[in-house]
Amino acid sequence: MPLAAVTREPLDLQALTRDLVQGTPGDGAVAAFTGLVRHRNQGRTVHFLEYEAYEPLAAKALERIINEARETWPAIRMGMHHRIGRLEIGDASIIIVAASPHRADAFAACRYAIERVKQIVPIWKREHFEGGEIWLEGAPADPDDEQAKLIAHKIACV
Amino acid sequence: MRVTVRLFARLRDLAGSGELMREVEAPATVRTVWQSLAAEIPALVEYEGTMSVAVNAEYARMAAAVHDGDEVAFLPPVSGG
Repeated sequence: MPLAAVTREPLDLQALTRDLVQGTPGDGAVAAFTGLVRHRNQGRTVHFLEYEAYEPLAAKALERIINEARETWPAIRMGMHHRIGRLEIGDASIIIVAASPHRADAFAACRYAIERVKQIVPIWKREHFEGGEIWLEGAPADPDDEQAKLIAHKIACV
Repeated sequence: MRVTVRLFARLRDLAGSGELMREVEAPATVRTVWQSLAAEIPALVEYEGTMSVAVNAEYARMAAAVHDGDEVAFLPPVSGG
C-alpha cells in the first residue's frame, strides 16, 4: 500500500511502520497514532460506524497533510492509512506513523496530522447507535484555511 | 454540456443518490451547478454555508469554472479520523 491510502481492508500498523523505516538508519524515533471506534459518543451507545469517503480526494488530502508536516518538521517521514466501510467497536479507523531522527518531531508531526485529518480529509462517519443512526459532521473542509492550520500546529506543539 | 455531480454523506441521503448526471448551460461555474441542483432539491440549501466543493477530485471554490465532462462534488463538513 502507498504511504498515504484510503482502504476498506483492516489497517496494519506493523506493515506501515516497516515500510516507513526500511533502509533509513538515521531514524532514532517512530511515533504512531491509532484511532479506534469507541462504544460511547456524546451520551449515545454506539453499535458500529460506517465510514464513507470521496476516495480520490481523500487520498490526495492525506498526501497534502504529509507534505504540510514535512514543511514544519523537514526531517520526518510519515505514513497514514484511513479505513472506510463498516467498522466495529475497537476497530482501528486510522493509523499514522512518523519516523524521525529525534522523538520530539515524530510526536508533534503525528499529533498535527490527526488534527488536520479531522479538518480537511473528505471522510464521513455514519454512527449507528442505540435508537437510531446519524451522519456526524465536524468542520467545513477548507485546506487553504490558514487559521485551521495554525490551530493544528498549536495543538501539536504544546 | 454535461457534468457529473457527486454528493456525499447527508447530502447524498437528501438527494437520494450519490451521483447525478446534469445538463448545464455553458459557461458554468460550481455555483451555477449548485444553484440548479438546489432549485431541484431544496433540502440541500441548508448546506450552502458549510459545504466544500471539488472539481475533478481537487478542492475548488464556488467561482471555479466547470467544463463539459467535469465531475463536481459537494461535500458536507467532514468527520474522519
